[in-house]
Amino acid sequence: MSDIKYLAPGTIEEAVKAMQAAGGKGFVLAGGTDLLVQMRSGAREPQTIVDVKKIPEMTTIEELPGGGFRIGAAVSGAVIGEHKKLVAAFPGVVEAINLIGSKQVQGRASAGGNLCNSSPAADSVPAMVAAGVTVQIAGPNGRREVPVEKFPTAPGRNCLQPGEIVVSLTLPAPAAGSSDAYLRLIPRTEMDIAVVGIGVSLTLKDGTVTAARVGLGAVAPTVLLVEDAAKALVGSKLDDAALEKAAAACRAACKPINDKRGTIEYRTKISGVLLKRAAKIAAQRASGATVGGTH
Amino acid sequence: MTAQVYKWIGTRPKRPDGADKVTGRARFGADFNMPGQLIGRVLRSPHPHAVIKSIDTSAAAALPGVRAVVTAADFPEQENLIVPAGEMQVNLRDVTRTIMAREKVLYEGHPVAAVAAASEAIAKQALALIKVEYALLPHVIDVEEAMKDGAPILHDHIRTDGVQPVPTKPSNIAKRIENLKGDVAKGFAEAEVVIERKYTTAPVHQAYIEPHACLASAAEDGQVSVWTTTQGHFQVRGFCSRLLQIETSQIRVTPSEIGGGFGGKTVVYLEPVAIRLSQKSGKPVKMVMTREEVFRASGPAPGGAMTVKIGAKKDGRIVAADITIALQAGAFPGSPIGPACWCSMACYDVDNIRVVGFDVVSNRPKVAAYRAPGAPISSFAVESTIDILAQELGMDPIDLRLKNAAMKGTKTHYGPVFDRIGLVECLEAAKNSAHYKSPVKPGHARGIAAGFWFNVGADSSAAAHVGEDGTVTVISGNPDIGGSRASLALMAAEELGVDYDKVRAVIADTHSIGFNFVTGGSRVTFATGMAVVNATKDAIKELRVRAAKIWGVDPEGVVWEGGKARPAGHNVGEFEPLTLAQIAAQAGKTGGPINGHAQLNAQGAGPGFGVHIADVRVDAETGHVVIDRYTAVQDVGTAIHPSYVEGQLQGGAVQGIGWALNEEYIYNAKGHLDNAGFLDYRIPVASDLPMIETILVEVPNPHHPYGVRGVGEVPIVPPLATIANAVARACGTRMTSLPISPPRLSAALDAAPKLAAE
Ligand SMILES: Cc1cc2nc3c(=O)[nH]c(=O)nc-3n(C[C@H](O)[C@H](O)[C@H](O)COP(=O)(O)OP(=O)(O)OC[C@H]3O[C@@H](n4cnc5c(N)ncnc54)[C@H](O)[C@@H]3O)c2cc1C
Repeated sequence: MSDIKYLAPGTIEEAVKAMQAAGGKGFVLAGGTDLLVQMRSGAREPQTIVDVKKIPEMTTIEELPGGGFRIGAAVSGAVIGEHKKLVAAFPGVVEAINLIGSKQVQGRASAGGNLCNSSPAADSVPAMVAAGVTVQIAGPNGRREVPVEKFPTAPGRNCLQPGEIVVSLTLPAPAAGSSDAYLRLIPRTEMDIAVVGIGVSLTLKDGTVTAARVGLGAVAPTVLLVEDAAKALVGSKLDDAALEKAAAACRAACKPINDKRGTIEYRTKISGVLLKRAAKIAAQRASGATVGGTH
Repeated sequence: MTAQVYKWIGTRPKRPDGADKVTGRARFGADFNMPGQLIGRVLRSPHPHAVIKSIDTSAAAALPGVRAVVTAADFPEQENLIVPAGEMQVNLRDVTRTIMAREKVLYEGHPVAAVAAASEAIAKQALALIKVEYALLPHVIDVEEAMKDGAPILHDHIRTDGVQPVPTKPSNIAKRIENLKGDVAKGFAEAEVVIERKYTTAPVHQAYIEPHACLASAAEDGQVSVWTTTQGHFQVRGFCSRLLQIETSQIRVTPSEIGGGFGGKTVVYLEPVAIRLSQKSGKPVKMVMTREEVFRASGPAPGGAMTVKIGAKKDGRIVAADITIALQAGAFPGSPIGPACWCSMACYDVDNIRVVGFDVVSNRPKVAAYRAPGAPISSFAVESTIDILAQELGMDPIDLRLKNAAMKGTKTHYGPVFDRIGLVECLEAAKNSAHYKSPVKPGHARGIAAGFWFNVGADSSAAAHVGEDGTVTVISGNPDIGGSRASLALMAAEELGVDYDKVRAVIADTHSIGFNFVTGGSRVTFATGMAVVNATKDAIKELRVRAAKIWGVDPEGVVWEGGKARPAGHNVGEFEPLTLAQIAAQAGKTGGPINGHAQLNAQGAGPGFGVHIADVRVDAETGHVVIDRYTAVQDVGTAIHPSYVEGQLQGGAVQGIGWALNEEYIYNAKGHLDNAGFLDYRIPVASDLPMIETILVEVPNPHHPYGVRGVGEVPIVPPLATIANAVARACGTRMTSLPISPPRLSAALDAAPKLAAE
């Protein structure tokens, strides 16, 4: 391994400059739970590492007027899990982030890193898609915003341009009567990669779904926003027929591969199974009942 | 249950290596370093099967910082000769080809060259500069495929052994063995119920947490020192001596603390290479495998394919069994097919048994031992079939096993007649356990299975040295994998009648104690324990001599009791008893140092039996299996240190559960291993498991001074079928193929109603 330059700038501007200067050989270091593993295996060979954990905007959670939140891209899962208001407003997003790795990994791993690593199986992303998260990006040409479902472009790739970094993730204020849930299937109970992951966000009025968003992971090259599934749920009271229709929409959206983690048939089937389960949990949460995920 | 009352045996003091391990002070294989050391790295084959046409190492050798390069040309050719090593039989011709491929590469990851360089980075760069020209050959991974006519042949010289007339054509079936007891045809003619099924299991890795690692230093005068993580440093010495033609007295091997072995560290991979690199470079050479290398190139356990046919009377009496077992040996012959065949029906007293086994080579790394080698595989097939029989007969599965259980006097199908064994006691303990008596929770089901392992004795040496203050060092030569130092110290303390903390058990290198066979076969507490007891007795004999000298009496007039020398009777005279410390303090005046020694070939290892119980729930939509409760019952002879015995039962159960549920080698169409890491090679994590409850049944082994039976291997035998049996009862679908991973179980569940409808 040749020498690696390590920088820990205190501002976004310095970080962007450092990334720009490094050309294609610069990597942002958030928790490092992907990056360091990839460096060890030789999959990534950075010449410059830009540690963003000294930048306040990237390491804090801010409550926005009206009830939304801005989560710094490098905030660790452990910190997110301890933010009571965030947990109350977005239990699905938080449980998705908190599923990443183990206790030790949680102390470091960030939602920003999870998103930027751009794995189709990243756990936090389907939940963020369901929650309607907007990604705040800073770069040589200033700042811009991208809906989270547009951020990943292919396995391991995303829409960041040279010199750009993700600054934070904005969660819009939840509507009254709404909540969310995230479920994933893994062969074990932790320390595993999702075979299928699904985030469901619902708004209910008098038991009827008035708005819905479904994010589906690990079944296609990028995490999907499944609008047909959402449509099937809206207007329903989550009766079996509506749930089955939404499950069918999820199955239809799947473009999975056969690999060591699961077959096409299995992934497709499970996307429907988890849709139904996650929708029920989100609905129960939206109507005030507290329920834990089963996986 | 132990009739004998002991002061130390059966207590749970802290292990002597415990503090060092929890503070990080303990030194494992990769923790040894020497000034001026080089880093050795191995170039591995990217192909599962290919002829090596040429290797050009010139560019690598010319790279600044590279100090030595080796290929197979640096290792002498070996005879086609079988020698014992660990619990396996090995052929040195094949071992040298495992260390370094010669004419052919036989699996992805097969070493083809190695370099020693000033740094890891330079070593890696050098590997990239080695040019190997391959001529690719078709490959075969699966055991049944490898047995077919027309399969790619790995070795032109192999003719199936054990077949008459001797075949003329080469085959991947290296050996056929057969065990026969009674008349199987006659047995089946008497049967009222016959169950026949086909089973497969996936190849699995021992998954020890510490990768292979060693440091070798070859000095100018020919003396070689090796520090390595191993289950048997005497085996490392033996292998290196033969593979490199160096006399054993010139090779001093020091074992490190070991981060797991489970049988996988009874063979050599790096040590001979590191020594050769050190000889060529004149510098110490350190080599550490990556996890990926461990998966691609170190000995896993075989995958297997079995058929089991069992016939019984309606009352449950089994009258015949006909079993075929084929095991993947990997690239070279030598799967544990023998033990797989012998263990298959060892739990049962059945008149008519035939077991046929095949040892089959395929393009995978050569298998190594893994806890009770072969037994979990064949036991999965037999214990699943017996469970089906129990269901068919409407019998309780424990009662069915009790009806057929082997006991003292049972003649096994592979020859020996059992002495005192504890299978019946285990089955009864299982039946009477709180777990088995508890109601099965709604939505859950319960499975049980039994298991057997021979346990091993073999060669051990030990010494007991009395220090000048009367404390004692117990020296032996088996790397401590499961707490054996604590158990050895407990036995010595019991013999001596002194406190446990006055006895220190250490592991000596190959130059500091006599030969000890590997830590394997569950032999250390039994065989080395016996050597320690004998060495302690030898020291006590000397202590009595010294006391006699002090008192001016005949040594026969002195007894050793309660940690003190005492007059044997009033006629000897009235003397105040002498403590160990008092005698030691006067040793200089009474004849010099006081030491005891022993060496032996331990016979009479007590066979071990276990019965496991699992309650599981199946998520019918996802195929996910949740284990709600698990109990391991085992006849452990005498539990010298019950905590470490329980630990063995728990660890074995967990590894078996992994084997049952998720562990498997996944090969792609190119013959490459797709999951060479712990992310996709799924051993169970803590949150997957309930507390593994243990029940220690103690039927003392009559052939050991404290009744010890080996305990380390039996517990991995029952879990595979225990889980499969519970799953079958939970969801009505019997999984005859392992692992029962969610995608496979889900597919089987989805296929089941369709099959029924057809
Ligand atoms: C043991 C273990 C278990 C794991 N389990 C899971 C799991 O269950 N689910 C799961 O989804 N993942 C899992 N992971 C992967 C990893 O932990 C997550 O993806 C995590 O969220 C990454 O966050 P991080 O802060 O550590 O990212 P880092 O490793 O710091 O960064 C990841 C990548 O994103 C880039 N990056 C990071 N932040 C930014 C930014 N602000 N702007 C631009 N680029 C950026 C980095 O350069 C790097 O390429 C696991 C990893 C380990 C080691």
